[in-house]
Amino acid sequence: MESLTLTDIEQKYYSDLFVYCDTDNTKKVASNGRVLDLFRAAQLPSEVVLQITELCGATRLGHFGRSQFYIALKLIAIAQSGLPLRVESLNSVKDLPLPRFVVGKNEAEARHAALYQDTDSQGLYPASATAVIPRPPGRGLQNKKGPPSSTALPPEPTSPVVSPHQSPPTSPHSWRKHKRQHSGGNADRQPVVAATGAVWTQFREPQAGPVPGEGMWPSHSPPPPGQESWVSFTADTPPSSALPAMHPSSVQESTTIRTVASAATTNEIQRQSSGYDDPWKITDEQRQYYINQFKTIQPDLTGFIPGSAAKEFFTKSKLPILELSHIWELSDFDKDGALTLDEFCAAFHLVVARKNGYDLPEKLPESLMPKLIDLDDSAEVSESTADVGYSGSPVEVTPNKSPSMPSLNQAWPEMNQSNEQWETFSERSSSSQTLTQFDSNIAPADPDTAIVHPVPIRMTPSKIHMQEMELKRTGSDHNHPTSPLLAKPPELSEEAKLPTSMKFVAANTVGESQSGTSPEALKVVAPPPPPPRPHPSHSRSSSLDMNRTFAATSAPGQPQPSTIAFPPAVPPRPLPTQAEVAPGGGAVLTTTSPQQIPQQPNFADFSQFQAFAASEQPSSLPEKSSEGAGPLRTVKSDGQADERSSATVNSAKGSSGPLAPPPKPVRRRLKSEDELRPEDEQHGPQKSNVIAAVLATQPSIPRSVGKDKKAIQASIRRNKETNTVLARLNSELQQQLKVFRMISLEVQLEQLRPFSHL
Amino acid sequence: MSAFLHTSLDVVEEKISAVGKSLGDQRELYLGLLYPTEDYKVYGYVTNSKVKFVIVVDSSNTSLRDNEIRSMFRKLHNSFTDVMCNPFHNPGDPIQSKAFDGIVSGMMVQTG
Repeated sequence: MESLTLTDIEQKYYSDLFVYCDTDNTKKVASNGRVLDLFRAAQLPSEVVLQITELCGATRLGHFGRSQFYIALKLIAIAQSGLPLRVESLNSVKDLPLPRFVVGKNEAEARHAALYQDTDSQGLYPASATAVIPRPPGRGLQNKKGPPSSTALPPEPTSPVVSPHQSPPTSPHSWRKHKRQHSGGNADRQPVVAATGAVWTQFREPQAGPVPGEGMWPSHSPPPPGQESWVSFTADTPPSSALPAMHPSSVQESTTIRTVASAATTNEIQRQSSGYDDPWKITDEQRQYYINQFKTIQPDLTGFIPGSAAKEFFTKSKLPILELSHIWELSDFDKDGALTLDEFCAAFHLVVARKNGYDLPEKLPESLMPKLIDLDDSAEVSESTADVGYSGSPVEVTPNKSPSMPSLNQAWPEMNQSNEQWETFSERSSSSQTLTQFDSNIAPADPDTAIVHPVPIRMTPSKIHMQEMELKRTGSDHNHPTSPLLAKPPELSEEAKLPTSMKFVAANTVGESQSGTSPEALKVVAPPPPPPRPHPSHSRSSSLDMNRTFAATSAPGQPQPSTIAFPPAVPPRPLPTQAEVAPGGGAVLTTTSPQQIPQQPNFADFSQFQAFAASEQPSSLPEKSSEGAGPLRTVKSDGQADERSSATVNSAKGSSGPLAPPPKPVRRRLKSEDELRPEDEQHGPQKSNVIAAVLATQPSIPRSVGKDKKAIQASIRRNKETNTVLARLNSELQQQLKVFRMISLEVQLEQLRPFSHL
Repeated sequence: MSAFLHTSLDVVEEKISAVGKSLGDQRELYLGLLYPTEDYKVYGYVTNSKVKFVIVVDSSNTSLRDNEIRSMFRKLHNSFTDVMCNPFHNPGDPIQSKAFDGIVSGMMVQTG
């Protein structure tokens, strides 16, 4: 069975028909009885009827369920229009006239006459009701026919709906007639005016209902005959016989009222036939009318109507206060004493329905529930902004999707800001800062953030740091200047860069950075003092101390480089410190360190170590990274040698890194962020220790006259290698740190979300 | 029966005038009002606008805890404000709100 989409009119029509056929009220009709009569009245050949029955699946089911019935009706309409019966045409045929069912002509005329009579009677509902009863068949159709209808509805000249009503009765009428007595054969088939007709009939009905907002509530003129007929017709059906009692309302309403009325009538029909929800559906015309009325009270469509104004307005409807009070209770959804547009429409709708004789529901029907349109819009807006804001952010932005209270939407801008800060923070932190610097430069970010949530830590490196970082960062993987507020794109690019840097950590970028930065660093660093040095070192004071101690111990114990290498504290400790200070630019640090080494007490160890290393290895061993880069550097003169060694080291590093360090970084990566930092500190030294061990394990360099130079060069190379390795490690660790930070941000975001939903 | 109501109202008044608490005593245990024939407790509650709520409870049912009474008053108060929000409701008229009645009866059923 295909899913069937019906227009509103069709829906109502079909549901009425269904109710009519559903004599047992079992929500499904047997394939005999009224259904067959109905189909016969459609004046279709029997085989077509059979085909229809089959198509809609009734034969399969053995009975007509509601959907089958609807499909059958639609197929009947299709067949009546001359279109081939196809299941696909169910939904594809637009503007299909409603299925027509033939009714007896006599009855039609009788109804017509009755209609006239009813027209004459003024508000004689009981009379009309009684009149209706004896004339059940005659109703409906005739009324709307031509002149009578036009006279019947004098006040409806301008309504667009009037035009249909000018035409002969619409299908609903015919349908009604059919309902009364599905005796076929009546040639008096009114052309179906499809939706408009149905609407029109509905119009008739509601005319009695809502009075225009101008206060014409009480003006009840004689309801048009159509209305009456409608009413009476409906009166025939079991429910809503109260309808006829409705009509003392005015007929002289403006067309707008009529539109409202039409909706009410529509609702009434629906109410009779189907469930309770449908009747309360507000049609577009009704809604438009309500909106216009709303505007007369409150020009701002997004504003509220205060209770007093609403009270005045609805009091005009002459409904008892009790009922109005009940209506208010139902419609004031948020219980704020004021009506939003939706609430107003719901209230108005309820008033209309009440005036039409509908009983007020106990609770607000779903279709009248004020929709959170504004909220949705604002949610969408903030969602879009949030999405834009988070375009590059790994943090998920989902809360906006939920229709939330306005507070949630308001919270989002804050969230956006905070997230931006988080983003920038992570960006900043990942950029350039070494772990050491990160530790030492933690500063609260953006105190303006309204959200109490995770305060992004702003990395505010000192000037010198910035300088150094800039120097070192020129060719590094991280491309972030030390500006605290970095936009997302840079962050994005940085993030994008990081992964790439991770890949290239092995050699290329680092090497490039090294080579690239080294000359610069050399140039630039030469004049400035070596202030950066103390900072990282001071953050690693412990390691330095250990370094010293170890250096002290190791210096005398030359033959124990291997043992020294792996234990945490090692002479090479300052080396990793320096290396980490230069994020991605280990070589730079290396190059710069030589100059500073002599000035740093911590390098004393290096010098010792260097001597030791120098004694160990005479020639350059590209494969072996030189952990003794520091001490070696002191000995070595900077400049060309560095560059050369750095070049060689770079190439060496490109080919193969030290054996031990790589596993260590890998291991480190597996650990948590918190562990990362302390481990980083250890890692570096360990790495350098390994390097030192490697270096130490190298065959002793034959001592020769030129050994010093070669040793220096070798050591330089080794240092470069070490630097490269450490730089790579550093970048990897920073990448991990960034990842962890992202995760923590996400977690914080998750935590924040419940708050926003409050 | 109504005499007790009136006496309890008097007691509430007395309490209001005596203490400056905004909400008044949220409850007053009239244990002393347990007459031999009618054993009941009267709880009083006053809102900021001096609207008084009185709950009369039969002592036969296991005495409701203080918290329960307080929550009942809170619910009562909330429903009452909802009713008051209705512009069609004139303060002083008997409350005809079905929702209000529903809530009240629900509460009563709940507490047995």
